Amino acid sequence: MTSPVPVSRVAALGDRVLALLDDFGGFGLLAARTVRSMSRPHFPWRAVLQQFESTVVRSTSIVILTALFTGMVLALQTVVSLTRFGAKAYTGSFVGLAQVLELGPVLTAVMVSGRVGAGITAEIGSMAVTEQVDAIRALGADPVQKLVLPRVLALTLGVPLLTILADFMGVFGGLVIATQYGISSNFYVQTVLATVNLENFAQGVTKTFFFGWTIAMVGCYRGLTTEGGTVGVGRATTQAVVTASISVFILDFFLSQLMIIL
Amino acid sequence: MSETGFIELRGVHKSFGANHVLRGIDVTIRPSEIFTMLGGSGSGKSVSLKHMIGLLHPDRGCVFVAGREVTDLSEEEWVDVRRRIGFVFQGAALFDSLSVYENVAYGLREHRRWPEERVTARVAECLEAVGLEDTEWLMPAELSGGMRKRVGVARAIALEPEAILYDEPTTGLDPANAGRIGELIRSLQERLRVTSVVVTHDLALCFAISHRVALLKDGHLVAEGSVEEMRRSRNADVREFLAGRAEGVSAPSTGETAHGA
Repeated sequence: MTSPVPVSRVAALGDRVLALLDDFGGFGLLAARTVRSMSRPHFPWRAVLQQFESTVVRSTSIVILTALFTGMVLALQTVVSLTRFGAKAYTGSFVGLAQVLELGPVLTAVMVSGRVGAGITAEIGSMAVTEQVDAIRALGADPVQKLVLPRVLALTLGVPLLTILADFMGVFGGLVIATQYGISSNFYVQTVLATVNLENFAQGVTKTFFFGWTIAMVGCYRGLTTEGGTVGVGRATTQAVVTASISVFILDFFLSQLMIIL
Repeated sequence: MSETGFIELRGVHKSFGANHVLRGIDVTIRPSEIFTMLGGSGSGKSVSLKHMIGLLHPDRGCVFVAGREVTDLSEEEWVDVRRRIGFVFQGAALFDSLSVYENVAYGLREHRRWPEERVTARVAECLEAVGLEDTEWLMPAELSGGMRKRVGVARAIALEPEAILYDEPTTGLDPANAGRIGELIRSLQERLRVTSVVVTHDLALCFAISHRVALLKDGHLVAEGSVEEMRRSRNADVREFLAGRAEGVSAPSTGETAHGA
């Protein structure tokens, strides 16, 4: 009698499960060490500001472009669809809510995952394979405090700011299209303000603190665990972008559900 | 090896997955000596060296530094030990985004609350010691391989360590630069009385600078002694290594010693 599942396949599955558990454990440990590193001497203020400039400030142009065109296409599809039901007056309400609750936070986070998350992994991964991370340890310093903490703080605080910018740009993009379909700008703005309240706005922005933290932590974890030279750096970078992007979508669902319940 | 050493490995085992790299290594590094660990690729010499500064932790066995057991220290506790030991990495491991000055000043900024003028003076002193005056504002990418290694040495000596660990200090260097690094290791030991551990497969370097030599093979320490004792050794592994037949030995640097073995 032959076994229905080859032993090698079971072993491979077991290896993958172990690797996954190893990743979860390593990620949790890194998160704990990052929190602990905040209380150690030599808080890296300068590095936090540098990271904020290089990761957040330099992401503004892609966030503006993405949000502007998202708002425009959203308004375009909405106004055309709603016109068929004689409800194009609701275009501002629809665009405003969609942008502030979901599209602004999620698309900003995904863009940051691609641009910044990949950069973090590539940079720290290159340092890991050239022993620069070990050099920090050998000099009696803490790589978590020097490399991870500044990036995590910059993105945790920066992604919400980028999201606020994206919210405004998305609504503005909707305005540009709405006016071309016979909706006055004054009416559009009034419908947005009448529909989107402060609670909606806060709900969308609150989620992005978690998105920013996750993107930075995933990027740093993948970077620090990079092995295998330049090939390993490429592989880790791809993994980081995929993991961070998927995490954003999964987190978005659960956080949204939690906020609706609360 | 009954004497007290500045650094000691006792029965150290280390595996990476299924690869059992160290199989019970015992080494004693005496204070102020230059101790060279020879061995082919994969013999476990770099792994042994990294245990001495806590970059790797043993699966079994003990590590002692200055009479204190450091085997199970946490990363935070290792900081005090690492302040006393400098490490020169195989590829120099300079921080790419920092200038030569910032690289050398890195440890000083971390552990000394010195005014900037004092840091500047110390950095200049360290760069002068390695023959690289006026290179402070160059970036690592602008340096040659030999210069990078010497900046790595300058960074390692900035905190005035009691021991310096050199991981393959001459690998990838031309003979002139390799010779300069050897002289540098020797002069640092003579001037600062610093304990030096050199991991290499460069026999010319080994014979030029070492007080004592150990040969590693397949995770075991197979021979240990002075340079002369190693040259006269009848141990088959030593004779094979010195003759340049061991796996991973670079041919050019072994020609002279092969006849002397």
